[in-house]
Amino acid sequence: MKKSIKNALVITAALGLTAQALAANKIEIFSWWAGDEGPALAALIKLYEAKYPAVKVDNATVTGGAGTNAKAVLKTRMLGGDPPDSFQAHAGQELTGTWVVANRMEDLTSLYKSEGWNSKFPKAVIDLISYKGGIYSVPVDVHRSNVMWYVPANLKKWGVSVPKTWHEMLTACTTLKAKGVATPLVMGENWTQQMIWESLATGMLGAQGWNNLWNGKLKFTDPKVVATFSMYGNLLDCANKDASGLSWQQATDRMLAGQAAFNIMGDWAAGYMTTTKKLKPGTDFAWSASPSTSGTFIMLADSFGLPKGAKDRTEVINWLKVLGSKQGQDAFNPLKGSIAARTDSDLGKYGAYSQSAANDWKKNTIVGSMVHGAAAPESFTSGFGSINDAFVSNRDAKAAAQASQDLADKSRIGM
Amino acid sequence: MKRLSTDRLWAMAVLAPSIILLAVFVYGFIFRTAYTSLTDWGNDPAQAFSLTPIIRFIGLQNYHDLFTSGLNTRFRQDLVSTLFFTIFFIAGCLGLGLAMALLLDRNPKAEGLWRTIFLFPMSLSFIVTGTIWRWMLQPQGGLNQLLHLNPASNGWLTSRDSVWSFDWNKLPLITAVLVALALLWVGWQALRSAQRTRMGVAFGCAALLLLWALVIGPNVKLLPAPELHGFNIAFIGIIIAAIWQMSGYTMALYLAGLRGIPEELREAARVDGANEWNTYRHVIFPLLAPITLSAMIILGHISLKIFDLVFAMTGPDNGPTDVPALLMYITSFRQNALAVGAAIGTVLLLLVAIIIVPYLASQFRSQEGHA
Repeated sequence: MKKSIKNALVITAALGLTAQALAANKIEIFSWWAGDEGPALAALIKLYEAKYPAVKVDNATVTGGAGTNAKAVLKTRMLGGDPPDSFQAHAGQELTGTWVVANRMEDLTSLYKSEGWNSKFPKAVIDLISYKGGIYSVPVDVHRSNVMWYVPANLKKWGVSVPKTWHEMLTACTTLKAKGVATPLVMGENWTQQMIWESLATGMLGAQGWNNLWNGKLKFTDPKVVATFSMYGNLLDCANKDASGLSWQQATDRMLAGQAAFNIMGDWAAGYMTTTKKLKPGTDFAWSASPSTSGTFIMLADSFGLPKGAKDRTEVINWLKVLGSKQGQDAFNPLKGSIAARTDSDLGKYGAYSQSAANDWKKNTIVGSMVHGAAAPESFTSGFGSINDAFVSNRDAKAAAQASQDLADKSRIGM
Repeated sequence: MKRLSTDRLWAMAVLAPSIILLAVFVYGFIFRTAYTSLTDWGNDPAQAFSLTPIIRFIGLQNYHDLFTSGLNTRFRQDLVSTLFFTIFFIAGCLGLGLAMALLLDRNPKAEGLWRTIFLFPMSLSFIVTGTIWRWMLQPQGGLNQLLHLNPASNGWLTSRDSVWSFDWNKLPLITAVLVALALLWVGWQALRSAQRTRMGVAFGCAALLLLWALVIGPNVKLLPAPELHGFNIAFIGIIIAAIWQMSGYTMALYLAGLRGIPEELREAARVDGANEWNTYRHVIFPLLAPITLSAMIILGHISLKIFDLVFAMTGPDNGPTDVPALLMYITSFRQNALAVGAAIGTVLLLLVAIIIVPYLASQFRSQEGHA
């Protein structure tokens, strides 16, 4: 009798321990990386599992809508009190403006200190992911928004050179149109159009002016900013009219097929052209910084943070350590076609485009992308899509500037 | 008596779960959404997803902003787009559905096969329909390639042109005139059937509205500057896809109605000397009127709530083909303005209610009559 009670107690205790062990050794990673980006995430998870073999990784991906669907699911889960252990968010204001200001994220400054990351990531990046003195996420990769792509042989055939400024671009546009190229600059759906404005505004206002837009020192209604919209209108005249029906890949295809001369797109286009299209960088296609922005790197990055109330805090911190490590970044980025956020990565592992981007990353002035959530919060970025749409239809630069300022006020930019 | 009450108890016990679920998950949430739309939840980004958000009651401010603020042009265009979409979608489905039903009613060869073919698109979800039609209509899609059309000038879904534009400021005026005209028509009908009170009320109200429209209406200004809204040409592609999907269903409704008309009636019409056209005009179409009404209600509420078809065809960020349901989604879950999203949802609910409630009420009344 006594023995059986003892046995029962032992079994119960053992069960309790296993249950606890099971509960402790897992981590849920929430992202929208599937398809082309799936293998890169898998490589990271493999690295993590090799370092922490006892931990069970739950790879929770929500696909579709370039992250829109994942973000909607994330928001309902957070509101419902069920935060994932660690979730993907664009580094910078997208995370700050939605989650950090809502007091939902843990400050990671101590992690940055213990891992010595403050000297490994560029200061401009640390500034972008900081809020009131705390650092809130670990950037895994970096993409560049202001890249202009072209086919060198085609430019030679048409007799135009790569425009260095936006005014040169307009001249090239006139020349190309005269030679029968109907759309010198090809663009795709709404967000790709916004990227053109982003490059344009950074070029015309300068890096400091661009930053001032997002800290409230420069108003959108300022004549200098209105001028960026007027210039954008001129560029739209050089672009295709069916843009809203094209994905960015289809827009790139038109440039490759010689129906258009230039395409301004983030550097994921390099991965598309080398991997999917099997083209040789430098000869089959080439690139430069978008006009008037050489020396400036408009960056966007994916990052992960630590939500308050995460069920598996220790595992998340270990996950973040893997993400921020040189080994982790060099396992992930060559597969995704991005570059490491760290400045000490092993360039031998990267392709030709990425090597040139990584060099620029070290030397250039770094600013955040508005379209991809680095410089502006979601409340602004989402609304700016409507402003862009209205402008493409009515070309009213003053109205667009006024609406942008109203939106900035509503999103509390610079307050 | 005792048996009846156990019966009743059983009935209540069986019904209770669904009544409770309905009360909580439909009516409770409607109430919650309506309440949320009267608050400022999400207007301050810091409070949107805070653990302990400060949410203030601000009355009808969100609605006021939606209809008059410069940042919400898109919502107003969406309302106008929905109106045009609804009209063309219903007209297209009814016309095509009736035509197909009349053809099939003449017992062609392999009627069952044709019926299945016409009805088949309905078995697809709007997402699938949308994807198929996007492939067909996008600039480098099937249709332009097949017909060798220039994608630059044949923008089925990408056109930025707009026709029948009107100034939003004139909206109260236009509404007043339209309602007055409808009332005049009601009055005219009453006059013909010699219903004096009804005629008096209808003409009186119409006169009042017209007077308002002439004297006060032109001075009402919703916005500081004129703002044009019209029918966006890019919607044509979406209308085609929606009609393709739902006209088979309308055909099935009409076919059922046609099969329900007794042969004797047609024969009687023929005996009375009516030709084919007159038989349809005076016998068959009037008998199909209730079917048309049902079809309009069903199609109408589908078109007001449409989301998935547009999402699949042109994505969430294409202004010229935007609809309120899509705007509600991105306003709530991307822009984090949860209260404004709730307000858009409530406007949609009211629009659907305007269509559905009178119909349900009349159905309910006629059923009471039968019982």
